[in-house]
Order: sequence, then C-alpha cells, then structure tokens
Amino acid sequence: MHIVVCIKQVPDSAQIRVHPVTNTIMRQGVPTIINPYDLFALEEALRLKDRLGASVTALCMGPPTASESLRKALTFGADRAVLLTDRYFAGSDTLATSYALSMALTKIGEEFGTPEIVFTGKQTIDGDTAQVGPGIASRLKLNQLTYISKIVATDLEAGRITVERRAETGTQVLATKLPVLITMLEATNEMRRGTIAQALEAARAEIITWNASDVGIEDLTKCGLRGSPTIVKKVFAPTARSEAAAMIEAEGTMDAKARAVVDAIFARAPGVEDDLTAQALHHYV
Amino acid sequence: MAEMEDTFDAIVVGAGPSGNAAAYTLAKEGLSVLQIERGEYAGSKNVQGAILYSDALEKIIPEFREEAPLERHVIEQRMWSMDDTSHTGMHYRSGDFNEEKPNRYTILRAQFDKWFSAKVKEAGALVLCETTVTELVKDLTGRVIGVRTDRQGNPIFAPVVILAEGVNGLVGQRSGLRPEIAPESVALAVKEMHFLPRETIEARFNLKGNEGVVIEAMGTITRGMTGTGFLYTNEESISVGIGCIVSDFAEGEATPAELLEAFKAHPSIAPLLEGSEVKEYAAHLIPEGGYKAIPQLTGDGWIVVGDAGQFVNAVHREGSNLAMTTGRIAAETVVALHRKGEAMDGYTLKEYERRLEATFVMKDLKKYKGIPGLLDANKTTFFGTYPRLFSQAMQTWFRVDGVDKKTKEKAILKSFRDSRSLRGLLGDAWRVARAWR
Repeated sequence: MHIVVCIKQVPDSAQIRVHPVTNTIMRQGVPTIINPYDLFALEEALRLKDRLGASVTALCMGPPTASESLRKALTFGADRAVLLTDRYFAGSDTLATSYALSMALTKIGEEFGTPEIVFTGKQTIDGDTAQVGPGIASRLKLNQLTYISKIVATDLEAGRITVERRAETGTQVLATKLPVLITMLEATNEMRRGTIAQALEAARAEIITWNASDVGIEDLTKCGLRGSPTIVKKVFAPTARSEAAAMIEAEGTMDAKARAVVDAIFARAPGVEDDLTAQALHHYV
Repeated sequence: MAEMEDTFDAIVVGAGPSGNAAAYTLAKEGLSVLQIERGEYAGSKNVQGAILYSDALEKIIPEFREEAPLERHVIEQRMWSMDDTSHTGMHYRSGDFNEEKPNRYTILRAQFDKWFSAKVKEAGALVLCETTVTELVKDLTGRVIGVRTDRQGNPIFAPVVILAEGVNGLVGQRSGLRPEIAPESVALAVKEMHFLPRETIEARFNLKGNEGVVIEAMGTITRGMTGTGFLYTNEESISVGIGCIVSDFAEGEATPAELLEAFKAHPSIAPLLEGSEVKEYAAHLIPEGGYKAIPQLTGDGWIVVGDAGQFVNAVHREGSNLAMTTGRIAAETVVALHRKGEAMDGYTLKEYERRLEATFVMKDLKKYKGIPGLLDANKTTFFGTYPRLFSQAMQTWFRVDGVDKKTKEKAILKSFRDSRSLRGLLGDAWRVARAWR
C-alpha cells in the first residue's frame, strides 16, 4: 500500500510578529513549522504503515526552504519526501495549489505506485481555508472523507476503508472505496518521535525536488498568481474587543454558585436566556 | 546499513558558536561529522547580547561578511559608571571603525545562527536537531566512544566527542567529566529587544548607515551585586539587558526582571528606548568564573569547548569569539590527529590545550584570573560605593553654584576618604592593579 501525506510549511504563528512601523507581518526570522494539523495526518499514515506495512510519501509544495519540513517528516518516519517547488507557483490560492499538488500526486503515482490513500490536515493555520484537500480529491476523482477522527478499519483486499467522522450532530461512521482522500481532524493522535536511525537517515536523505515541468504542467497560467482567482483586497489587524472581565462572587453550594454565574450572564446578555429557552423547548417537542 | 553508518569521525554536541565552529572546521577538512542539537533548530536555544567579533569568525569563514546576517558595525563604545540618577561615561568613537572589514558587529542570534548552521551543513556535517544527548558511551577503560540520545535505538560511535553543550554542561556532568557549575561562577542575564524605526535609532545615537553603538554599564543598577548592564543598537531594534552572578541573585536583593525594569527606567537609558515596542524577552546563563573555573578540558575521547569550558572573558564582555576559537582549535587538533591516524586519548588531545595556551583565549583568561574573586569580595564597594562617589564628584565639579573650585576639590576628596578611608582607597587600587596585570 502507498500513502501520500500532503504537508505545508507555515510560519510558526506563535512566534509571528507584526512590524510596529509598517504593520505588515514580519516573516524574516520567524521560524517555520509543519502545519500542525498535517502532523495528525502524517501520524495516522505512519500508524497505517505500522499496521499494514504501507510506504509513506510526504509531499510539500513551497519554497526550497520547505525541504526542512519534509526532512522533519522523514525524521518522524516517512519513507520518501517530495518537494514541489517552482517560482511559477508563487502566490497560488487554493485552486492553483490543488492543481499543482494533484499533478504532483499523479507523477508520484507513476513513479512510486498509485497511492491508495492521500492524507491532508484539516486545514492550514496560515490559510485556514480547508479547501486544498477536497480540491485535490475532486481533481483526482478520489472519494473524500473530511474531518476524520478515527480510521476504524482498512480492508485492502476489498479496497474498502471505514472511518469515523466528527460532524456537528455527532459521530458518523462512514465506509468508502479506495483510493480515498482523507483530511484528518486535530487531536486525534499524538505524533511519535522517530528513532535515532530514522533521524540519521532523514538527515542524510535526498529530498526529491520537482518543478512545474517535472510534474507535467504545461499550462503555467493555471499556476501561481495567474492561476489564482482569489484576490486579497486588504490585510488588516482586527481591533481588539476589550471588554472588562467581571468577577462574579457567590457563596454557598455548587448549585448556588452555578446559579449566580448563570444569573449574571443572563443579566448581562438577556438574549441568551431567550435563545436557550427556545432551543430547549425545540429539543423537547 | 545502519550498523556501518552509525560511526563518525567526530561527534559534536551542541549547535552554538563553539559547536558550529568545530563542526564546520571538521567537515571542511573532510571528516565525517555528526552534530547533535537538542533545540528545534540550530540556534533555538541560543541567547546572546549580541556582539559578533569578526576576527574569530574570519579565521573560520573568511568571507562571512558577504553572507552572514549582520546588523550594525560598532563605531562607538560607551562605558558608563552609573548611580541612581546619572552616569559618568567614557566614550570612544572613531571613524576608523568604518573600515572595509569592521572588527565587530551587532547581530541577532536567531538569524545569525541559522546562517552559521546552514554553513555547517553545506560543509558536509550531518546536523541532527530535536535530539538530546543523554549520556556519553564509554568502554571498559572509561574511554568515551560515542553518545546515547533520547531517541530510541543504538548508540552512535565516534573516536572523539566534542562537548559544545553550553554553560550548563549537563552531558559532561552526568558522565562525571566535570563538576556541576558553581553559582558563584555563572551570571544570569536577561535582555529585551526593543523595536524602533531605523531613522529613530540613527538620530538618537548619531549614526549613519550601518554604524552602531554599544553601551556597557556598571554601578548601582545591579544594587551591589556583581554584574553589568548593556545596550546595543541593531538595525531596527535595540537590545537592552542586565546580568548578575547567580549566587548574588540568590541573596535576594532583586530579581533579574526587577533589575531590567529599573535599568530601562533609568534617566540615562529611558530616553534611548522611548517609543519603542518590546518584541522579545530572553534570559540565559553566562559562565563568568574565569580562568580558575575552567573544568578539565580533555580526556580519553572527549574535548570541551565554548561556554561548557567557561570560556568567557567577563571583563571585556567577550564570549562568542572565545567559543568559536576554542571550537575551531579543538577541531584542528582532531583533524591533525585523524590525519596521523593517532588515537584521540587524554594524552594526544592535550595538544588542544597547548594550542589554546598560545592564543588570546588562555592569555586573556589568565590575565584576569583574579578579577572574579576580587569583584565578589568587594562587590558593594565596586558596584555601589565607587559609582556613587564618581557621580557625586562629577556633580560637585560641574555644578556652578558660587562655591569656589578649591572647596569643591576638598569636598570631593573628603567624600572619598569618608566612605572608603585612605587605606581602603589605596588597598582597592592595589588589589585592582594586581588582579589586572
């Protein structure tokens, strides 16, 4: 079995700084990390590898420095890393990104075997769109399973996978045919620590690097800024909603304390009480 | 495959200036090198003021000026003795420092270390981050033959391990190669990065282009503890910090954060920082025990470099240059032995120490070997009484208030005699002169 995990290198949002003078995001010197959501996808792939003996390829589109993130993926235990990099990809929105990645995935299929599963994270922390995964799935005509919290069973012979998907109303158990694209939900697993042998191997590994023409992209207008209909009109820092926190003092039993808190909330936001009452009635009816 | 490849010509523990200097030099000479760093990336754990001294780096990477991320070259040094409301300064500024190859620069370590580490990798060393060396592996004779890490798996072997693990020296300590660092031999420094527009910095410090200023200060700012404050101009920010000996902090006079707040609020410092925005806060230990605190530096299969070897000249605020120099010389020693096919044991590796003796590193540390003890024994005098007396004297002297100069002179001399006595003054002068020579 072959699994491809799409990862993205993103600036570590915990360490990002806004330039005090120009108010733009200062990317220089800000450490980069693997998009945290992608780590859940990668770990899930590695677990399948442990269970089923799959080979795992990590794929990343980004600048040449994104090879650092790929190397990290190798340290965790991925078998192979592919960097898709080209200046023509600069400024790609989700449409252009999913196009380039699906071309790379096709090429990966040709070179290393068609993947049965393509994993992505739920979304990235810098774009927050959650569109690239589904975009790849529809371009490559893969079944898609989004917001997956658990892989219940994988039946390779039958070409079937069963998963749990967290939905607003509860957990859905879904089964579908392979090949499939899965976007993995956060906090569903915990990333392992690679062994010393894996770490050494990762440090030595060659990162496979492809550009647009390597993956068979001929029409460059589908790439980068030109291939991106999304336009960023304005970037601004949100104004802080600074409301003073209120201290609610209450004596007595837990119930009394809870009532005091609820009363205080209702007093401050009368609409909340009405909404909750309406909702409660609706459920009982 | 793994079996064979887990042996290297040398293992370097740590990716600070000394470790990078060592790993770079070894790899450049064609040895197979594994550098292990516990931080997320090389430099993630490193903190410094920070001043880069060109000479030490030039001897490793001569063309560094063309590539390394540098902030400003230093054209002016200000040495301040401070009391609570004033400072007495000695400033040296020279157009000569606008030379083609300036001798020191302010740098931001996060960016500089990233560059240095990239050079190490380029030279061919294998760099393993997020990996902590937990212990040194020894053979039956006690000889160090490799390292064990916090990652699962076999140990990694090498005929020599260069310990560039920084001030705490935990690996060396755990392996019984060195004692725990004494609180009297280590300073705790805190610093902040204050962002200011380029033009503001240049106007405020009278600078053009990439010129920079360094302020080193001592006095009542450390409340009678042994320590100094500093302020460095970067391209678009100012690094400001203060540090004191840990055993002094332990006496509870003030916390590092309190000292830094007071230092920033001092009437001589506050205007320089006005309108700035704090963007970073960092703290680090600095080994300041000097020559007498240097631990055993070599043994069978191991060498200590950089902060781990207490290589800091506290008097001149030099450390990273000593780190790079010791790292380079350790590597050169290893390369020479490797070429001759000699064993790396306690006897042959002594060559490292002999080579160090011939450099400024050991010469300077030896010269100042008496200073840490002298300062510790007289800290309230040197960091309280004298700065106060100097400031009072200056104020008496420069204030025009109808008092005649002869009377002022007498008052100044009396103030010194009253608080230190003639014997005390002469004694202090003699002790300083003796420690300095």
